[in-house]
Amino acid sequence: MPIVASMDAIVLHGVTKRYPDVTAVDGLDLEVPEGICLGLLGPNGAGKSTTMRLLTAQSLADEGEIRVMGLRLPQQSKQARALMGVVPQLDNLDEELTARENLEVFAHLYRVPRQERRAAVDRALALAQLTDRAATRTVNLSGGMRRRLLIARGLVHQPRLVLLDEPTVGLDPQVRQELWSLIVRLREEGVTTLMSTHYIEEAERLADDCALMSHGRIVARGSPEELVKEHAGAEVAEHYASQERQAEIAALAAEAGVPTRRTGPSISLLKSEQLPRSLEEALGPPNVRRPATLEDVFVVLTGEAVE
Amino acid sequence: MMEFAPVRAVWRRELALYRRYWASTSFAAMTEPTIYLLAFGYGFGSVVGALYGYDYKDFVATGVVATAVLFIGAFGGMFNTFIRRTFQHTYDAMLAAPVDVRELVTAEASWLAVKAGVYGCAPMLVGVAFGLEPSWGMLLVPFIGFLTGLVFALFGVWVSAIVPSINTFDYVITGALTPMFMVAGTFFPVTQLPAWVAAAAQVNPLYHCVELVRGAVFGRLGLDDLGHLGVLSACAVLMWALAVWKMRARLID
Repeated sequence: MPIVASMDAIVLHGVTKRYPDVTAVDGLDLEVPEGICLGLLGPNGAGKSTTMRLLTAQSLADEGEIRVMGLRLPQQSKQARALMGVVPQLDNLDEELTARENLEVFAHLYRVPRQERRAAVDRALALAQLTDRAATRTVNLSGGMRRRLLIARGLVHQPRLVLLDEPTVGLDPQVRQELWSLIVRLREEGVTTLMSTHYIEEAERLADDCALMSHGRIVARGSPEELVKEHAGAEVAEHYASQERQAEIAALAAEAGVPTRRTGPSISLLKSEQLPRSLEEALGPPNVRRPATLEDVFVVLTGEAVE
Repeated sequence: MMEFAPVRAVWRRELALYRRYWASTSFAAMTEPTIYLLAFGYGFGSVVGALYGYDYKDFVATGVVATAVLFIGAFGGMFNTFIRRTFQHTYDAMLAAPVDVRELVTAEASWLAVKAGVYGCAPMLVGVAFGLEPSWGMLLVPFIGFLTGLVFALFGVWVSAIVPSINTFDYVITGALTPMFMVAGTFFPVTQLPAWVAAAAQVNPLYHCVELVRGAVFGRLGLDDLGHLGVLSACAVLMWALAVWKMRARLID
């Protein structure tokens, strides 16, 4: 009987990366099974970008084990990089070159065989919906077009694994929606995607599985629904109140073991369906009852204070 | 293992960029030596006349080959590399693909060296137009220009990886490149200089380039030119190691 082992596309085990003034990644354990889209969520400075750089061996871990597509890093990082497509957070397209030329250069860098190069570049242009703008210099493309080109550049060699570092940061909702369709198509084609983001909605819509990162390690892992259910329950009760009253409510909730988060003019009590009767009576009816969201989980698990 | 495919891929990018700026580069490459030849060759040459049996403008035309090679190699190595690494983040994009730092450095430097080899011939061709006698040895000049260009391009890449900011290049240009440019027998023979300066010229790669170029153009290559070739080759190897070492430190953390 053949044994089909479902392989992990990415495995990080006890990975630590220290910089002189900060430990960016701190004993990170993360597995990404083949074929899924994993959303790596976390606030700025949680270690998401460092994790991405570790996977291309542009950062070298101080401790721990990293495997990408079964290849050991950093020893076999070049082979691993050949199998991956990387879309950086920072736009580093060649502005002087046309859309086509940008893709051609990466078709060469990714060693697409000569006879397939032209078709690969054409396909990437179509994917980025830039076929009509192939001869336009990148500096003259709009922000959304540039981002699509940046993504297509990482896909020109049809990789089985794609790293997307904050793919839609700083973009209009319209443009973001276009990029999402592109990412959904990748998943449909069975491409493994590791996507870092600090946009909750992005992860909720695109990711099969989410890993919440804080201070260089994973603090929660699961599908968006599971995470919400486990950490925020079914329902959230919001009480509009003064800052002082909010503090009182927070203290009462903490006593009863109910997680809370500040939501501007209100305080939100998570898992409100599980509130003890006594607490419910003490607080009175909430102003708003709403379903719990991944954002609630994000804030509760990664902390309210921005560092 | 160092591979050729990534080097070729990086060249491919250079070629695409070169298509954008070839006209301005070529204009500068032809005009600058013309100005030198007119100014030094005629202006100065009318006073100096002949030098060690050479017509002074022939002496300058061959000397300016070396300075052209120096500037194409060193300036390209310093400024292009610095801007691409820090402002454009081009190298971050490339190193996420199957390319290693040493392949990247080799490709960038060798491209500049080819440019230095080709455009280094411009002053010689201008010289021919001004009466320098053509010789078979001139066919060696692009190769001498390539090797010297490689040394200075790698020097530039190394420097680009150790300077804290682009302004620091001023120290390198004034403190290192200008003296090299003057003390290499480009506009006057090093034997005219005080003994300690002449001795310093021996460790200046540009001096060895000038000697080889004159040897080739005037048809008097000898055994001592193997020494010049050896010094340039050794400098290339040393600079390659330094450039790769410092670039790796900057690009991989």
